[in-house]
This record gives sequence, C-alpha cells and structure tokens, in this order.
Amino acid sequence: MDFLIPNQLNYPILSVLIFAPLAGAAVLFLIRNETVARIWTLLVSLAVFALSLPLYFNFDPSTPKYQFGEHSSWIPAFHINYTLGIDGISLLLVLLSTLLFPICVLGSWKYISKRVKEFHFCLLLMESACVGIFSSLDFVLFYIFWEAMLIPMYLLIAVWGGPEKVYASIKFFIYTMAGSVFLLVAMIALYLKTGTFCIPELMTKAYPFAFQFWVFLAFGIAFAIKVPMAPFHTWLPAAHVEAPTAGSVLLASILLKMGTYGFVRFCLPITPNASIYFAPYMLIISIISIVYGGYVALGQSDMKKLIAYSSVAHMGFVTLGTFFFNKNGLEGAILQMINHGITTGALFLCVGIVYERSHSRLIKDNSGIAKIMPIYIGFFGFFCLSSMAFPGTNSFVGELLVLLGAFADYKLIGALSIPGVVLAAAYMLHLLQRIAWGGKASSHFSDLELREIIYLAPLAVFVLWIGFSPGPFLDVMHVSVNHLLEQLHTAGAVALVK
Amino acid sequence: METMETIITIKPVVAVLIASFASLLIMATPKKPNLRETWSVLGAVATFLTVLSMTPLILAGKALEYTPFVILPGISLKFRVDALGLLFGTIASFLWILVTFYNIGYMRSLKEHAQTRYYFCFAVAIVGAVGVAFSGNLFTLYFFYEVITIFTYPLVAHHQDEEAYEGARKYMVYLTGTAKSFFLPAIVMTYILAGTLDFAPSGILEGIFPATANPLLVKITYVLYLAGFAKAAMMPFHNWLPSAMVAPTPVSALLHAVAVVKAGVFCTSRVMLSVFGVKLLNDLNLGIPTAYVASFTILTASIIALTKDDLKARLAYSTVSQLSYVILGVALLTPSGVTGGLIHIANHAFSKITLFMCAGSIYVALHTKKISEMGGIAKQMPFTIAAFSIAALSMIGVPLVCGFVTKWYLAIGVIQAHKNIFILVLLASTILNTGYFFPVILKTIFGKPREGDPGAHHHGIHEAPAFMVIPLFLTAIASILMGLYPDYFMNIVKSVDPSYLLNTLKAVFTS
Repeated sequence: MDFLIPNQLNYPILSVLIFAPLAGAAVLFLIRNETVARIWTLLVSLAVFALSLPLYFNFDPSTPKYQFGEHSSWIPAFHINYTLGIDGISLLLVLLSTLLFPICVLGSWKYISKRVKEFHFCLLLMESACVGIFSSLDFVLFYIFWEAMLIPMYLLIAVWGGPEKVYASIKFFIYTMAGSVFLLVAMIALYLKTGTFCIPELMTKAYPFAFQFWVFLAFGIAFAIKVPMAPFHTWLPAAHVEAPTAGSVLLASILLKMGTYGFVRFCLPITPNASIYFAPYMLIISIISIVYGGYVALGQSDMKKLIAYSSVAHMGFVTLGTFFFNKNGLEGAILQMINHGITTGALFLCVGIVYERSHSRLIKDNSGIAKIMPIYIGFFGFFCLSSMAFPGTNSFVGELLVLLGAFADYKLIGALSIPGVVLAAAYMLHLLQRIAWGGKASSHFSDLELREIIYLAPLAVFVLWIGFSPGPFLDVMHVSVNHLLEQLHTAGAVALVK
Repeated sequence: METMETIITIKPVVAVLIASFASLLIMATPKKPNLRETWSVLGAVATFLTVLSMTPLILAGKALEYTPFVILPGISLKFRVDALGLLFGTIASFLWILVTFYNIGYMRSLKEHAQTRYYFCFAVAIVGAVGVAFSGNLFTLYFFYEVITIFTYPLVAHHQDEEAYEGARKYMVYLTGTAKSFFLPAIVMTYILAGTLDFAPSGILEGIFPATANPLLVKITYVLYLAGFAKAAMMPFHNWLPSAMVAPTPVSALLHAVAVVKAGVFCTSRVMLSVFGVKLLNDLNLGIPTAYVASFTILTASIIALTKDDLKARLAYSTVSQLSYVILGVALLTPSGVTGGLIHIANHAFSKITLFMCAGSIYVALHTKKISEMGGIAKQMPFTIAAFSIAALSMIGVPLVCGFVTKWYLAIGVIQAHKNIFILVLLASTILNTGYFFPVILKTIFGKPREGDPGAHHHGIHEAPAFMVIPLFLTAIASILMGLYPDYFMNIVKSVDPSYLLNTLKAVFTS
C-alpha cells in the first residue's frame, strides 16, 4: 500500500462525500412538500461542497501518491477492496463535481415541476456516483460507480426530458452500455493477468505489447464513447437536447470527463506502450473531433445542439493534450476538463434560463433579447467568450497549454488544430450575435432574477480566476502529472517519435 | 546596451483602470444622458492626465512596470510603459477627449439609438487601445487586442440593419480570424522558441529570441505575426476596414483611423522592434521583403482611393495606404526609417481623425457621404472645409504640416538603407495622395451644387454643432503645430532607443 497515504483528517472524508448524498437522498423519502425537498437537496449539496473543500486545503502537492486514502477489504475471495484516494489529477474533478450540484439544484428550481422529489433523489444519487468515480482506486469499485452513474442520468433524460426523450435516453443508454461492456472486458482481462483489481498496482506491472494492444482498444472504445470522440459522438447531441437543464449540465460537465479521466488514469499508465503506439491515431481522431464538432456547431439552429457540438470540439482538445505525453499538453488537458465543466455547464444553464421564459431552445425564438435582458446577455456573452478561449478566461489557459504541448513536439498537429480554434470563435460569436440582436424579442422575456445570478456568479468567478491566475489549479497537478509521464516514458522505453 | 532602469509602479494599470471604471459608470447611468456623457469626458481627461504624468520619467530613459497576475512561467498579465507605448497611449487617450465631445454633438444631432451601449463600447475600446499601448508582453498585447475587436463589434454594427451586420461580420471574420489563425500560433511559437513572452527590456536592437533558435522557425513566426495583425490593414488583410465604415462617423474617426488601426501598426512595430529586434530582422533579411509588401499596400490602396466617390470609403483606403507608411518605415530598419515610421503613428492620427470628423460633420449638415454632392459647401461650412484642407495637405506631406515630417524621415531612412526604389514609392504615393485629396478640396470650395442632389438647395445648411466643429478644428491646428514643432512626439520617439535613433545621419547598417 505504498501508493496510498492514509487519510490524516479525523473523519473519512472521501467516504463522507460519497455517502452523505446517499443519506440525504434517503431522507427525501420522508419529505412530502416539494419546496422542502428542494431546500433539503440544496442544503445537502451545499454541505457536501463545504465538506469537500478540506480536500484542497489539506492536499499535499509535493507527492504523487494517492491521498486521503481509505482501504478495507470488501470481497476477499476476488481480491476486491474498498480503496479510495485522490491525487493531483482527480482532486479538481472531485471539487468540480461537488461545486456543480448545488448549482444544478438552483438551476432546476422552476424548471422541474413534476416528480420533484424523484428528480432530486436522482441528483443526489448522481453526486454520490460522481465523487465515487473520481476517487476509487479499485477497479471493481470504479466500475460500480461508473455504471451507477448511468441509471440516474438515464432517468433524468427519460422522465424529465423533452419531446424526443425516449429516443434520446435509449440512445444514450445503448451507447454508454456498449462502452461499459468493453470496460468490463478490459477489467477482467487485467484481473486474469495480474490477480488484482487495485488500479495503482495494475500501473506498476509490465504487460506484453499484444496484451496492451487489446486492452487499450477496449479501454479506448469505452472512453471514446464517453468523451465523446468522433465517430462515437452521436448520442451526445440527442441526449443534451432532450435532457433537462440540470441533466445537460451534469452530462457536459462531469459525465464527459469520465472518458478523458479514463484515458489519463487507465490507458496512459496501464498500457503505456499501446498508448504510444496509438497516440498518432488518437491525435488524428482528436483533430477530426475538434474540426468536425466546430464545423457542425456552426450550422445549428438549436442552442443546446450548438453547445453540444462545441463540447465535442472542446473535448477534442482534452484528448489532444493527453496524447502528446508532455507536461504542458497533459496539464492543459486536465485543466481543460475543469474549464469545459465550468464554461459549458454555465452555457447550458444560460440556455435553461431562456428556455424557462420562451419554452423553446431554438435560436430564432430567443433572439434579440439584449434590450430586455441586459444582465443575462452580460453573463451569456461572458461565457461565450470563455468558450471561444478569449484571453483572460479559463479556456484560454487550457487551450494555450495544449497548443504549447502541440507546437513543442508535433508542429503539424498544432497547425491542424488551429482551424478548430477559429471555428470556436465563429460559432460562439455567431450564436451570441443572434441571441443578443438577431430579431425582435417577444414580451415574455424578463431579466435574471437573484437566484439565477447567484448560481451563475460563482462559475463566472472561476472563469476569471483560472483565466488570470491558474497557479492554484495547476500547482496541485504538477507532481502527479510528472509522475505519470515518468511512468509512461520509463515503461514505454520506446523513444517518442518526434 | 544596458537594461533600462525599470520602476515598479501601479500607474500603467491605473490608466487602464480609470478608463474601465468610466465605462462601468457609463453603463450604470443609461437614463441620465448628461451624467453619462460626463463620465465619458471625465474618464477621458483622467486617463490622459495619468498618461501625461508618466511622460517625464519615460523621457528620462526609464520604464514603468507592473505585473498584476502571473499566469504561467514566462506568461503574465504585465503592464510596461516605455517610450513606444507612451507614444500610442498619449495619442489614444488625448484624442479620446476630443472625440467624446464630437460624439456628443454627432449622436445627439442624429438622435441615434442605443447611445449607452455606444458610449460604453467606445470607452472599452479605448481601454483596449491604452492596454495595447502599455502591454509588457505578448499575452497582455493579445488580450487587449482581442478586447478591442470584441467591443468595437457593436459599434460597427451600431445601425443594426443588413448593411451594418454585413460590415460587422466581415470585420469580425477578418480580425478574429487572423488573430486566432496566425497571431495565437505565433505567440505559442515564440514561447516555445524563446521561453518567454516578455518584450525585450532594452532598446530595439536585441530581440528575445536566443541565438540558437532555428532561423526557419523564427521566420515562420515572423510571417505569422505580420498576418496576425489584420488591424494594421496590410494587404491582403485590409478589406475589413472599408466595410467597417458602416459605423457611425465618430467610430470611424477615433477607432478606424486611430485606436484600432493604430493598435494594428503599433503591434506590428512592437513585435518587430521588441520581440525580434533590428539585428535579428537584418540578419534574417526580413525587413526589406516587409517593406515591399507595405509599399504594395501603399500604392494599391491609394489607387483604389482614387475611384471612390463615398468620402468615408476614400478616407478608408487612404487609411489603409497611410498605415503601411508606419510599417514601411520600421521595416527599413534604419534609424531614420524607424523614426519616420513611428512618428507617423502620431502624425497620421491627428490628421486622419480630422478628416473623418470633417466627413461626419458634413454628413450631419448635408446627410450625404458622396463627394460629388458636396459642391460648394465651403461657403456654408468654412471651418470644416478649412480643417479638412489642412489635414489633407498633411496627408499629402506638404511642408509646415505634420505629414511632411514623416516623409522627410522616411526619405532619409530609405537612403540609409540603400534601397532607393522606396523613394519612388514615396513619390508615387504623394502624387496619388494629391490625386484623391485635391478633387475633394476643389469640389467643396469651387464646385457648384448640382440640381437634384440631396443637398442641392444649400439654404439652411450650416456648420455642424460647436461640439463637433471645435474638436475637428483643434486637431487640424494640432496637425500644423506638429508640423512646425514636431519635438513633443519626436522626443518620445527618440526615447524608444536614444543610442540608436539619435544616430540619424549615420547609416548603421550598410549593405
């Protein structure tokens, strides 16, 4: 267990973060009043967020080991353990998850009017799974959270979704289940080879190339569907468009990260040789995702679809940075996961705000609202700028790091990604222009109320904070990233093709 | 040369913050037009005074610096005022004062809509211009460069009709497109090659690239920069400028004759002098090819200007042509060439803003933009036409008006560079300048109003409001003063690198 630093706090913080939402969800059964249910869920999610903050303040950025560790035997017969711990790669993702849930509760305050209790039950269930995914160090535990995440997400789309919800939710379910099967296969293959489900132990073993090849492929398909990388992305626009606001936010901000997190956590350290072998293909697919996503986003008439395709492009930058195997690229990729979570989450919230007023997601039904909703346009414009990587915003720093990684070693790939950068500016500014000025808005629009400002403001703060001073966010990942790259390069032993 | 003495002070940030604060106050008082315009005026004056207060230190050879945020090692939000930045900062902040008054006259005379948005975006555009001037590194430069682009978009599209949207769309596509396609990769390449984005701390001879940097990559980076600054309107990236003329005239005056386009040529000069440095550009033989591209732009744009009957379009192409003087001068890489190029940032600013303000004042009085419909209006609008003539003479380069100073130094710069072909460029462009400015002057003074023109019956036509005429007259007088007594801006220009630029008569690099 030398990879794990036992939890130093006087309570098992990660377990608390996982089980507090579950306990909160159980209490929901006792609540009859809908407003009380909302307030209760808000309080629980705020408490979980508050409880997660010690993770950051007690995090030791000088070690690559997993911290706040908890370890106990679970099913000894199969060497399955209950092992939790986070390092510099997963820390920010856990914090992002806990930050977004209270925001989602606030964002659904008026949007959700039927089956309110069940909705919030799903949210809390999902929160538990999210924290679990990013903090499990046992493969079986990880897999359970991975699957557990799908059920509430499926319900969010299928119960509270739009008119095409049945189609969207089933498509979502089939795609992600298909991916999960590959993950399961990879997990079993690794277990048969090594006799352990412990993820950090799996990283230390050396595997023959042929084995790595197939394991990488299985991982790759599972994660590529989640990211999603073209051509596995088609479930995403459907799911986003039909999901309620909170569903879209969680889908974009957290679910997609499961894929990229998987690449960083599993593919790179466990199958280093195969990762190096597949890197050129992954880079090319990333470029295709970036340019294709951006190009398709340009032609959308539905706000949510546009942002969904922009997600495909932005996540392309994450996988791009991951597969350069250099420090800037990988740190940029991890930061970009957080950035995308903040910015795209905020954009979906913004879409939800106009949807509540106009009951349409179409751009033409929501255009020309700058005069009536100036504060809204202020926020929306701000997040659009963030999404197009305007300097001084979070995405710029992430994108810059990825580009630094690209141009340092793969100048051609860097040059090929530039059209994606330009497209991002094009579709975001085009969207902003049409929403702000595009036509004559009808009278049922009204500007933001305090509740809406309250949940958008923290996201705006993070956009600027990461944009101007990313130090506090990057500092925690330096050592973990270096350690991962060392693992990769020594195990890979093969010199990188420059 | 030893490093310039650098003083750490928050003053450069204050200048930018005052302008930002003014823009917020403007937005906060939409219902009280007089108070709102007071914020514009106060913001402009306070910004200018802050800039002015830094001048003595800069002239004494010091640089002022402040770094509020460090983003990554070697990348920070860093403000630095040196002579080059002071030159542009002074011009932008001073002219903002005059144009604010002009704005009030213009917008109220025409009863324009969305005035709060207009003044707000105007103020933020100035924030961007002053920020560009006082940037201490490429990241800060890029940040403010993009701020200008985004916040001038609502100004270009101000009329919100088909034509305005079309012009604004082109504006955005050109400016953001080139910035993202070329400028951003150039920054990335610079960071990879040099390990920093900070400008060279001293003089203009040495850049920031280490001697070991791959020359081919440095050359590619240079070309990316040139293409990335579409605001400099060098061909083939000039087309946005005539399209942007759909904006209200004060926008064309301050932004598309001064702040935006000057930000473009300023950035180009800044990158050439403080990132690459004269020596490296000379060694890689990048200066003269740049000068050829600039010359092509100068001549072609002037020829196009000849064909335009729309006064603002003619002025727009004249701007495209004149901007390349700055780049031509700097690209000659000789002391006088650089001096002539940089001083033209000031000279062109004062004269061209006069011309645009005159065009706007004619529009307010006559409601026409067509030169052919301006016959004989000098009788009714003597001050406007007088100012127009003075500024036009300056652009042509007649002695006693400031444009002459530019051409004088450029000519010496050409001789120092031993590339006499550029003398022909200067001569030809002077003839072309005369060719497109004199007909306007002659028409307005000696022409007869044609029957059927919108302004045919010149009864009731009189000068635009004093709010408009006084600023344009002041800038015209400034054009003369800067021709008679060029020392104020010349001293600033010479302080960019005294040991190099004071050597005007000695050719430093002989080929």
